This record gives sequence, C-alpha cells and structure tokens, in this order.
Amino acid sequence: MTKVLLQGGTLVDATGIRSGLDVLIDDSEIAKIAPSISPPRGAHLIDCDGCMISPGLVDLHTHLREPGNEEAETIESGTRAAVAGGYTAVVCMPNTEPPIDNATVVRDILAMSKEALCAVIPAGTITVGRGGEKLSPMVEMNACGVKIFTDDGRGVQRASVMRRALEYASALGATIAQHCEVEDLTANTVMNEGYLSSIMGVQGAPNCAEELMLERDLELAALCNAQIHFMHLSTHGSVELVRRAKLAGMQITAEVTPHHISLTDDMLSGYNPIYKVNPPLRTREDITALVRALSDGTIDAIATDHAPHVRESKELPLDQAPPGMIGLETALAVAITVLKGDYSEIDTSRKDRSGNSQSSRAHSTKSNSTKSKYDNSSSARAGKINSSYSERLTVDPSVLQYSMNMIDIIAAMSWKPAAIAGLDVASGGRHGGPILPGAPANLTVFDPSASWKVDATQLLSKSRNSPFDGLSLTGKVRHTIYEGEPVYLDGRATK
Amino acid sequence: MAERERKLATPRGGVFVPRSQVMSADDVKRALVRIAHEIIEHNKGSDNLALIGLQTGGVQIAFELKDIISEIGNAEIPVGTLDVAFYRDDIQLRPVLPEAATAIPFDITNMAVVLVDDVLFTGRTVRAALQALSDFGRAKSIQLAVLIDRGHRELPIRPDYVGKNLPTRLTEQVDANLEGVTIGDVIKGRP
Amino acid sequence: MSPLQNALVSIGDLNRDDISHIMKLSAIFSEVLRRDIPKVPTLRGKTMAMVFSEDSTRTRTSFEIAAKKLSMDILSLNSSQSSMKKGESLKDTLANLHAIGADGFVIRHSSSGVPTQASTWMTVPVINAGDGCHEHPTQALLDCYTLIERFDTPGNYTTDGTILNCFNGMTVTIVGDVEHSRVARSLVIMLDMLGAKTTLCGPGTLMPRHVNKWPVRVSYHLDEVLPETQVCYILRLQNERGSGTYLPSIREYAMNWGIDSKRASLLPETAVIMHPGPINRGVELAGEIADSSRSLILNQASNGVAVRMAVIYLLLANPGDLTLNTGNFVPIRQANRMTDEPAS
Repeated sequence: MTKVLLQGGTLVDATGIRSGLDVLIDDSEIAKIAPSISPPRGAHLIDCDGCMISPGLVDLHTHLREPGNEEAETIESGTRAAVAGGYTAVVCMPNTEPPIDNATVVRDILAMSKEALCAVIPAGTITVGRGGEKLSPMVEMNACGVKIFTDDGRGVQRASVMRRALEYASALGATIAQHCEVEDLTANTVMNEGYLSSIMGVQGAPNCAEELMLERDLELAALCNAQIHFMHLSTHGSVELVRRAKLAGMQITAEVTPHHISLTDDMLSGYNPIYKVNPPLRTREDITALVRALSDGTIDAIATDHAPHVRESKELPLDQAPPGMIGLETALAVAITVLKGDYSEIDTSRKDRSGNSQSSRAHSTKSNSTKSKYDNSSSARAGKINSSYSERLTVDPSVLQYSMNMIDIIAAMSWKPAAIAGLDVASGGRHGGPILPGAPANLTVFDPSASWKVDATQLLSKSRNSPFDGLSLTGKVRHTIYEGEPVYLDGRATK
Repeated sequence: MAERERKLATPRGGVFVPRSQVMSADDVKRALVRIAHEIIEHNKGSDNLALIGLQTGGVQIAFELKDIISEIGNAEIPVGTLDVAFYRDDIQLRPVLPEAATAIPFDITNMAVVLVDDVLFTGRTVRAALQALSDFGRAKSIQLAVLIDRGHRELPIRPDYVGKNLPTRLTEQVDANLEGVTIGDVIKGRP
Repeated sequence: MSPLQNALVSIGDLNRDDISHIMKLSAIFSEVLRRDIPKVPTLRGKTMAMVFSEDSTRTRTSFEIAAKKLSMDILSLNSSQSSMKKGESLKDTLANLHAIGADGFVIRHSSSGVPTQASTWMTVPVINAGDGCHEHPTQALLDCYTLIERFDTPGNYTTDGTILNCFNGMTVTIVGDVEHSRVARSLVIMLDMLGAKTTLCGPGTLMPRHVNKWPVRVSYHLDEVLPETQVCYILRLQNERGSGTYLPSIREYAMNWGIDSKRASLLPETAVIMHPGPINRGVELAGEIADSSRSLILNQASNGVAVRMAVIYLLLANPGDLTLNTGNFVPIRQANRMTDEPAS
C-alpha cells in the first residue's frame, strides 16, 4: 500500500555498514535496497543524507504507567516518546495499577496498544501483586505473548520464591528479569552511599545491596539451569559478577541504563529529585566499569528504565519523591555521546563536528556547593558562585579507552535486546534483524553527529523528569519507521 | 556619619576629591569651645547633661566637646555613642551597616541629652537618632549640636548649636572632623 | 558582596570572612537586646514565614524573637497541620506563602535538603533552621559566637578575621550520634574552616560511613580523647536509636559515651561543655555537668537570638557591601552580659 523511499543513508546493522544506498519500503516490508532507486509514483520520500539507518531500537525496560498512572504517561504518549527516541518496540514494565500479573491485564494492554505508535510487549510480574510471595500465573500470560517476567521496582526478596520462579519460567522458555536490590539494606535510601550522601545527611544505598542479590541469583540460576536477565546494573562489583558468570558459561544477560553510564551521584548535591533513581546514580569508577562491560559484551543491552513521574511528585523533598527518570527520547544520543569516542568511522555527515571536547570530570550541574564544603579556599567559593549548567554532557576520560563503534552501540540498543525479549527474527519476531529485502520495515534513521540541546518541555513524553534537560548531546533521531509507516518524521510524531 | 557613609557607600560610591578647606583645626577648636559655652549656658550648667555622638563622625566631636565642657564646668559629664543604622528609613535604598557600636552606659531618663554629629544635611540621621534614643528612655530634653550645617533639609529638624553654616550644592560633599573641614566632590568609580 | 546572597542553607555557603562579619554583627545585635526597649524598627513591614515541619522549641522561638526584635511580622506555618499533609507539593506551599506576602522563609524540615530545594524555587531569602540530618547552620554560628565569647583574647577583635583567631588549633570533640546530626555536619564544616581540630567520638553505628573523608579525627573511645579536649560538644541521642538496630541499649550508650562527673573530670580545667539541646539528662549528659560552671549550654541558647538577628538582617535588609564595615567594633565580651554571670 504505502511506499516509502529512504534516500541516501548509511545502513548499519548486524552485517556491517553500507553507504550510499536507498531503501524502498513497500507496506510493512523492505522491498528493495540499491543505490539511487527511482522514486515510485506516490512514494513518500525521506531524505536520509548524512544519516544512518538502523534496525528499529528495542527497549527492554519502559514504564508506560498505563493502567493506573495515566497522569504521568499513557501507552499513547509513551510510545510517542519511544518513536521519538528511535524505538520500534518497547517492553513495558508490569508495575502498573493493577499490576500485569494475570492474562486479563496482559490482554487489556495489548488491546490498548493496537493503536500505539510502536510495538508494546508487556512484561508480567514474577509474583502476584509484586508481593514477592506467590508466583504469578506465568503460563497464561506466556500464552498471551509475555516472554519476560519481572517484579521491577522491587527485587524478589525471598530466595525460595526466586528459585521457584526460575524453575517455573525456564520450563516455559521465558526469561526472569531481576531488579537486584536487597531491600533490607536500602530502606529509606535516596542515593548512592558515599562521601556525598554522608555530608548531605541522607541515607545512601550501598553497592552491595545490588550485588548481594545478583550473586544470590547467579547461584540460583546455576542451580536451576535457568535463563536470567539482570536489569539496570549500576556498580562495578555487579559487572565483575556478571563477567565471571559469563566466563563460566552461564546463559545470562544484563542491561545498563543511559543514565548509569553518564551521570554520577554528584548530580544529587542540590537535592533535586529529578536525579533520584533506583538503583541510584553511582560514581565515576562505576561508570567506567559499566562502559567497559558494554564494550566487551559483558553487558548485553542498553535499556532506558524510562520512568515518568508527574511534576508535583518531583517537587517533593528528596526522601519523599519517587525514584525514576525518563529516557526514551535521549537514550541513543546519550549512548553515542558517551560511547562513541571517535567519529572517524562514521564520516557520513555534512556538518562540522567540532565541539566534542572531553572535559575532565563527569558533568556537574547547578548548586554543586556541597562538594566544596570542606574547601574554604576562595577558588572553591568562586566555583560555587559560577556554577551553572555545563552545556554539554561531558564524558569522563577514563571511559574513552572503551569507546565503541556504531555497530556495537546499535547492537546494544536493537538486536541484542530484541533477542533477549524474543522479538528478533530468529524467535519469530520483527525487530532488530538485518536491513535486507523482505525484512520487516522497522527502522530508525538518525544523524550520528548532530548536536542538540535537550529541552524537557519539548519532549513527547507526558512527563518532564529528564536528567539531561539543558544538556547538549550528540546524535539525533530523525525518523522512525514502524511496520513500514513513518511514525516519527523530522521531530514530529505522525499520530 | 551621613557624610562619611555617602562618601564610601556603593552604588553612589566614588572617590572623595577635596576642593577647598573651609575650616582649619584651630577654627574647629574655636567653634567647639563656643558650642560648649552655649550648651552650658542653655542648660544652666552641666548637671544632668549628657552627650551622645552619632556614629561615626559625631563620636570624635562628642568626646572633644565633653573634654571642653568638663574643663569649663569643672565636672565630668557622661558621653555615649549611638549607631542609627537599624533605625534608618532608607534601608535598601543604599547599603546601610552598623559601622560602629552603640554604647550608652548611663540612663538617659530625665537627662538633657545633646546629640552630636559632624555634618547636618537632610536630617534623616537625626530623625533616626531621635527614634533610637526613645528606646533607651525618656530624656528630659534632646538637643542637637553639629559642627557643620550644610542645608538641604528634608525633614523639620533644626540644630540648637552650630559650628558653622556652610552653604553647599547638593552634589558636593563635606568632610568634617577635628583636623578641619573640607568641601569637595565625589568622583564616580573606585580607585 | 554580601556573604549571604539569597539563602543560608549550609555553613559551606560562607567563608571565614563571612563568619567574621556575622560574628561582629551579632555582637552589635546583642547590644540592641540589652536596651530598655530591645527592639529596632529595621525590618518593619516585612513578613517572615516560619515553616516548621518538625517540633522545635528553642530554634523556633529563637528565630521568632529575632524576627520580632527586628520589627518583622511572623507568618507561622506548622506543616503537620497544613496543606502539605493534604498532598500539596512543597513548592506550591511555599509559592502560596510568598504570594500571601512572605518576604523570607525560615524552614525546618524533617527531610534533608528541603531548604536547598526551596532556595532554588524561591526568589526571596531562605534560612535553614535545620533540615533532616543535613545541616543547622545558625546553630553552628551561635556556637561559634559562644566560643568566641569564652575563648577570645581581649584586643583580638578589632580587625577582620582576627576575631576568629581563638579557633586556631582549638580541640573540639563532638560526642554522640554524628550520623543523624545536622548540628555535627554544620559544626564540622565550620570548625575546619576556622582552623580548629575536630574529633568525632561515638559508637560505630552512629558514625557516617564515609567519615574518613571528613576533615576530622575519629575515635570510638571517649576516655582517650577527653584529656586533650578543650570543647566537649555533646549531641542529643534520640531515644528511638536505642530500640532500633543502632545500639544494644540506651544504658550501654550512656555507660560508654555519656558524660558524667567522672568522665567530665578527665577534661582539662578550662574545658567547656556544649550541647545544642534538648538534653536527655542522664543519657548523654549528667544533669550536674549540664548545670556546672563549665557548661555553656545556656549561653548557647541566649546567643541564638542575636546571631539569628544578624542572619535575618543580612538576608532581608540587603545591607550590601560588608567590606565597608571597618574598625570600631565593640568587643563581644563587653557586649554580652551573659559572660559576666556564671551560668546557673
């Protein structure tokens, strides 16, 4: 029916990078790939000069908030944000109200998602009501298409329950995704436990609260010979545990969020709840370890943990505000800005790419006085007064050695998460596969070198809690094609 | 006080450039001796008499007057200092800080109190001083002695004892102390 | 430039010179407080909103009296009975108070960081009257004033900065629940700035995890540090800590970290005892020590008003450039009559 012609982009997929090709899309499939395809009559022409075309991005970790908290986000607004971020499929988390812990809710969400701008794949809970005690009816949910089960927002605290969950899910071929957090160690915590939390007088969550559960679950997964996916890893210790398990041959996967590879706990120094997230923003050392793990494949995927919250809830005292930050629309840009150390390989751009200066510290923001409290020198004082937004998201030099090429970055955001979620072509899905004639037309067109400044008020998400507001990033999604339809074109969602 | 404050204060601040001396140290001394005599005459002696110098310019002059009066009347009279920053009506119009302390180590109730200042200009400092003094007690009378009256009053205030009436332009500045009285201008900008 | 731009949320907002200015101004206000009518019209017509989400006796009354002595009107809000309980966001609550006519805010909150947040939301001055476990800057300032009153050598007060010389090398031991103490956090920052040597002492559970990066020495044995302590600053032990996982029992705490007569005798002759109040008599501090001549506890309370007047004045009267303030400053020792009378 609809014909769409992508003109002059550089293709990037699991097979490599190909330049100077046009892509003709007919209905929901790719019809032809060739240099200079003459536009068929009535075709929608999309200029991709200077851009890269990749398989559509897949997010393993999105909170769409519907049903229950539609004020913060809905399936409609959330998928609009998703396509603005280049995503053609999102796995939505089950911590809705009511939670996705039975087939009825799954079917409701699938029905509500029919008109969504991209594919919405519900994850189901591991336990009923995310209570951590009684297993959810995974079989009936699996029959409706649910392939990932998680109590995200909480970890399964009891080892015995986790063991049963792993046994039950692995028999279905489904994946248990764990939010690693020993709640006994994180009660009332608002941020990373460290020097900063100690002088700010707030409760901090120690790294080991995450690592203890990760370690336990590795043992349980080995015991049950089960598939397990670890969500939003945040500490260098977690990375080491996963690396060792993978070396030992375990079939495990792991994800990291854009914010955990770009922001440190310094952001909390002004007590701004925008930067409160669970697991909390950690330290430069953790960022370096996470980036290294991404580049060597220890961590498989970048997942957003897009967690919308209404404005009022982020204007509460830090300890009362809910954790979470939105990330769908900035994920690719943050990944490119942080991970893409040098641009020589992707010299497809017409634009001047100066300004990629790498500053010496993870970026700081307003009211950063706390750090210099013990330094009474005049320079510290001047620094406080002059503190303002550093315009660009700056990248710690220590991560530069682990910079990744564009294929690996897109792999972590498209076909690897697609495989984890069972959405890849091999599993019968339509996401993340190579861009070939006959393949499903789920594509992302992005300019890898465009620099843009995040303005939270312009985001398509219903919520505004972006930690990157005001910062400049490199890499901008231009167009998103979902099932052959341009759902996002030049900065606008088409429905 | 008013003059010094204006001289130093931002944002009107600037550098005081003296133009001409209108009284020498000897002139000042003679004027103060005359004022001392007038005070004693007006109050019929120095009993129940107290001097209060307004911070900062009036303090030095008040202590000098005390010495002269004590010599003439052969009796010690008490001296206090008063800072009126907290009583001014122009807070926030320009910087006002208590540059110096208030110390009135005696009870002013039923005393004849002579307020002493260097230069009388708009009268606002004196107004503030009158209000401040009322918080310390009920004086029998309050009189005003100034070394220089340069005019331009903005309030119905009139000195009882004047060293010299000095007609000035509004923009001029007067620096008055025991070493002499100088008239000059304030040049914008800091050195 | 005034030391206080638009807020006092942390002692770290100030530098040494700023503290010196505030101390001098406090001395001047303590003179005002000794007048027959101890009130000045300076801030007539201005309204101070007192937003207290936590019970507080001395801090609240001290701030209220300070504002009233400056002729301010008080708009009092106890958030436990306010719309904050009804789910209104804190920002909305403050914006409404500002719209009603508040010219400044004094905020105490059980959550750390609320005054910091408020100062980024509001265009009018915000003063932190204690936030969660974060800071209590005016307490540190009044403690500074109290210590100068006690330890400053006469003649040291005439020029900028030297008023703080008595802190050079002063040994201060802060005893007790440092982890949950906002007073301790403000004190540690200030004492470091002023050149004092601070030791923290208390049970391991009540020491912050990353205290090794603080500019302090840490000891777990009180008896070892007392002989070299000039200022023994005792923190309040919240009784609920004893029932939680922090302490085996209040009794065990009192026996090891409470100051009784026997322990107080380990202190040098000239050492003083301080406590931010309210005191758990018999737990962290024995009654007879709290009431002894070496206790500065009542001086702390009485100095609070003058110090808070100074802070309010600096923030609300907009006095501008403090470098104008030269010389002729009244000795604190003379200005405050409390020193002439032994603490009762």
